[in-house]
Amino acid sequence: MKRAVFRNRLLPWVLLAPQLAVTFVFFLWPAAQAGWQSFLREDAFGLKTTFVGLANYSRLLDDGEYLNAVGVTAVFSVSVAVLGMSVALLLALAVDRMVTTARGYTTLLVWPYAVAPAIAGLLWWFIFNPTIGLMPHVLGLMGIDWDHSLNGNQAMILVVIAAAWKQISYNFLFFVAGLQSIPASLREAAAIDGAGPFRRFLTITFPLLAPTSFFLLVVNTVYALFDTFPVIDATTEGGPAQATNILVYKVYVDGFLGLNLGSSAAQSVVLMAVVVALTVVQFRYVERRVEY
Amino acid sequence: MATIALQDLGKTYAGGAPAVSGVSLDIADGEFVVLVGPSGCGKSTLLRMIAGLETITTGQVRIGSRVVNDLEPAERDIAMVFQNYALYPHMTVRQNLAYGLKNRRMAGAEIDRRVAEAAAILEIAPYLDRKPRQLSGGQRQRVAMGRAIVREPAAFLFDEPLSNLDAKLRVTMRGEIRQLQRRLGTTSVYVTHDQVEAMTLADRLVVLNKGRVEQIGAPLEVYRQPATVFVAGFIGAPAMNLLNAAREGGAVVLGGQALAVAAPPGAGPVVLGLRAEDLHPASPGTPGALDLAVTHVEELGAQRLVHGHVAGQPLVAAVTADLALADRLALGLNPRAAHLFDATSGRRLA
Repeated sequence: MKRAVFRNRLLPWVLLAPQLAVTFVFFLWPAAQAGWQSFLREDAFGLKTTFVGLANYSRLLDDGEYLNAVGVTAVFSVSVAVLGMSVALLLALAVDRMVTTARGYTTLLVWPYAVAPAIAGLLWWFIFNPTIGLMPHVLGLMGIDWDHSLNGNQAMILVVIAAAWKQISYNFLFFVAGLQSIPASLREAAAIDGAGPFRRFLTITFPLLAPTSFFLLVVNTVYALFDTFPVIDATTEGGPAQATNILVYKVYVDGFLGLNLGSSAAQSVVLMAVVVALTVVQFRYVERRVEY
Repeated sequence: MATIALQDLGKTYAGGAPAVSGVSLDIADGEFVVLVGPSGCGKSTLLRMIAGLETITTGQVRIGSRVVNDLEPAERDIAMVFQNYALYPHMTVRQNLAYGLKNRRMAGAEIDRRVAEAAAILEIAPYLDRKPRQLSGGQRQRVAMGRAIVREPAAFLFDEPLSNLDAKLRVTMRGEIRQLQRRLGTTSVYVTHDQVEAMTLADRLVVLNKGRVEQIGAPLEVYRQPATVFVAGFIGAPAMNLLNAAREGGAVVLGGQALAVAAPPGAGPVVLGLRAEDLHPASPGTPGALDLAVTHVEELGAQRLVHGHVAGQPLVAAVTADLALADRLALGLNPRAAHLFDATSGRRLA
């Protein structure tokens, strides 16, 4: 790494100041406030505030709805990550085989990433709308009765598709780059060594993509845990009967709709702890595995 | 072990000029053939067509008694050594060697035996449990060779395997490849752009230019009797001097001066080829001697290369290091060492 040497001791801090200010105002300060808030209990009108210690946290452990949300979040995150990554990998493998048209397909496949999550959610809400949507009609012809506002499993499928769809573009780009960094001669050598296409993928391509895959797994999990609020809000609003109420959506519902600020703050602190843990694991693991 | 026969082989990429055309070649069992030519001459494409990594547009490739045009690379019973070695980075050396055998469902004991044998031959046994990135360039090169050897294939294909090594190691590995091939007696096709490598390794050379065969022959034969101007200029270091000349009255005439070289019958301009080592200093004023206007000198230790111009055309002469040099140097030439080519067709004349 290149090291810059500053004679003036103040200059580095002045140069860093804008970034630090943004981080402080929009991240550290709210995070600290949430941390403090999680030890408090406030009445609905904000007239009286009491310090309750860890009571907000211990209540979460007894709260059936919260434990349900943990389970829903686990199912949702794993499904989004697996669906988003496997479809992206298939598309990347297909594009990697193209010789002349790869750029065109890549551009088209990257477009969905530019769509805002709320709009993506709305798009899928329209497509799967039981009254006006196209898919319920098609599914109806196949004998499947689609109504995600009544059926919890169908609601989960809908939010998983809507959330994964956007992420496919992102994953796809990384997989394409990963595939292109594998020298063609490795696959040719494997072909001469008697490995068929499937075996080549399994024994050569996939192991060499492992660092990319692991990085994407963490990014996608974090995405599913945090950035999918608009998708849920635009499609199911956590329903029906809590079937799609993931943790980050529950933070919003409990805090801003239920006005239980203490509990909401405690929940967001727990989420924050989860993402910190995931990031630490990622860096440890990737640093060890990225060089073979 | 097998023969390889190429019959009128051609390759054209979609919307492009032919990369290889009309190549016919019979390679005997156990023979070491080197394909040599400048970059872009189609030598690698030709090798990859034999390997099955490029489709064949026209013609036929036979390995042994089988036509392999439509066979997968794995079914052709060949092994290839790549320029960048193409070792599997996530596998140990042992796994790299065993990979091709495992894919062919060979018994574990037999795999172990072959890997141990190849490791012993190539002296890589101490590194069997290392990953490729922990090896030096020369060791990687040996592992790449080992991966070919364990397969005991009908033929080895080498695609510029030494070009990523430093000059000294290249010479060592060159010798090792030659000895190894002699010992195993496996038919080999070797691609290189380095004519010294080609000369030293080959039983037979195939000189390629622009996708076509310029000449096929034993290294010394190609060196002594280059069939075309291209081969004359490509094989040999320093490159052969090629001078535009005319023929008048049965002699070759250069810059208005008749040389002691008999012109073959016919008319039209010729190219006179003279190797630097076939020129020797003469006393000034000798009839038929070349008058070299010296521009600069390269010292090689035992020899020195004198660069200059004769009748306005560049020329290099190799002289002994103790020769005193002036601005001009008279050079005599041995008429038997002169090569004559037709200036329009580039073909050798008599």
